[in-house]
Amino acid sequence: MSMATFTVPTVTNAASNKEDLVEKVTVQNLDFFYGDHRALKNINVSLYHGKVTAFIGPSGCGKSTLLRILNRMYDLYPNQRATGTVRLDNDDILAPSQDLNLLRAKVGMVFQKPTPFPMTIYENIAFGIRLYENLPKSELDGRVQQALQRAALWEEVKDKLGANGLSLSGGQQQRLCIARTVAVRPEVILFDEPCSALDPISTAKIEELIDELKEDYTIAIVTHNMQQAARVSDFTAFMYLGELVEYGDTTRMFTTPSDRRTQDYITGRFG
Amino acid sequence: MAVMISGASSPLYAARRRKNGITMTLAYLATGFGLIWLALILAVLFYEGFSGLSLKVFTEMTPPPGAAGGLLNPIIGSLVMTFIAVLIGTPLGILAGTYLAEYGRYDKLSTVVRFINDILLSAPSIVIGLFIYEIMVATMGHFSGWAGSVALAVIVVPVVVRTTEDMLTLVPDTLREAAASIGLPRSLMIRKVAYRAARAGMITGVLLAIARISGETAPLLFTALNNQFWSTNMNAPVSSLPVVIFQFALSPYKDWQNLAWTGALIITLAVLALSITARFLGSQSKKS
Repeated sequence: MSMATFTVPTVTNAASNKEDLVEKVTVQNLDFFYGDHRALKNINVSLYHGKVTAFIGPSGCGKSTLLRILNRMYDLYPNQRATGTVRLDNDDILAPSQDLNLLRAKVGMVFQKPTPFPMTIYENIAFGIRLYENLPKSELDGRVQQALQRAALWEEVKDKLGANGLSLSGGQQQRLCIARTVAVRPEVILFDEPCSALDPISTAKIEELIDELKEDYTIAIVTHNMQQAARVSDFTAFMYLGELVEYGDTTRMFTTPSDRRTQDYITGRFG
Repeated sequence: MAVMISGASSPLYAARRRKNGITMTLAYLATGFGLIWLALILAVLFYEGFSGLSLKVFTEMTPPPGAAGGLLNPIIGSLVMTFIAVLIGTPLGILAGTYLAEYGRYDKLSTVVRFINDILLSAPSIVIGLFIYEIMVATMGHFSGWAGSVALAVIVVPVVVRTTEDMLTLVPDTLREAAASIGLPRSLMIRKVAYRAARAGMITGVLLAIARISGETAPLLFTALNNQFWSTNMNAPVSSLPVVIFQFALSPYKDWQNLAWTGALIITLAVLALSITARFLGSQSKKS
């Protein structure tokens, strides 16, 4: 595979070029197959540390598929495979030798529907921490509190940590899931339409949270809501029919998209 | 302006209403017909069973013909054999059900296992009794409580396999993905997340299996046989309620027949209690 075949979409905003962007996740020439169906076609994209990258596009365009490659979630299912290169720092994510559990501890994920485990609020958080660290009780308590504070949920649940995670409201459950993800201390967090099952107030809280989290993490978010993409992301990638059509600074993407299809989608002409 | 068709006066609608009424009446009649028999069975059982029910039933051994006695040895025998059968059958059933729902979900083998399990699920229990007779009673040379337990366990396994698989399949994949997303290995995901989410249903399955075997007579006839006397030796023939009922009900002695009714009542109440518990657990799991 020669470098010449790469068609890496360039980040075309002058303002962001000035900053020192640290490339955290690099996707090169990525193809993805569900059986024989080629769902992703030659994707090239980068995620930067401390930045939020939004993936937008009509349903079935492959944005969730792309996200699920970054933590090899597709590996849970048969007949799905990815070809190309995906690197986390210098680690080859797609390598067969990749330890999936360690990878997923580094690349966390928050799903469309809140998915608390059927256990107490405390256990939902502590569970993930205990997997990789053997902490004394007091320290574990601290970590649980930290994670819940990070997810802006602590004040609401501090008096009922023993309650079942499923007893919380939808928005609270989603923040619990974010806390659970953060507790494992990942480097990258993938959000797969995290607000599509939530009301506007909960959505605003999650968006606020993403904005706070991005200082410390590399964040990717898939969303159907273009206002949301515009609000929370630094970079936006528009995908269509399994291709990455355009990728760049969010402000530029939403004001002066260079591809006709991007413009049509953003202005609501299709999708 | 839209033309409003008045539904009530339309002849089509009237015909449909009539058909609906007829079908509903038939459905009620069929339900009533079924329930009448159930009510009759229970009424006779309660009438005959309660009249013989006394403390002696639970404290005395099965009597010789013409004497007074109780059902202590078959009650204990049934409890012990059922307990051992569940002890053998539950882990096997849960592990196999876990294979079907989790590890082997996309394997060809799981289709085969599921098919065989379905056959086993509906296998006549007398066939299971004969099978255990051949491999245990015939080779050991005598009837035994162990053989009875194993025969019952063979009935427990497919029930538990089925409910475990069904309950685990109901656990949404999103929960499995969530577990995987924090780096949870599959074995831990199954034990700590999937089992926990499916727990009530899985326990219900075990309870239903107990309910199923507590009335089984055929597999015990060829294996545990019966024992007139008090015996906790599982290497020897062991008495059990269904077999005692079978023997006493067919006998010409009035005392024995009365004890058979009482035994039937005890089994029925026990199964009823198990079913109610299972129902309760089932409704609890839906709430959470």
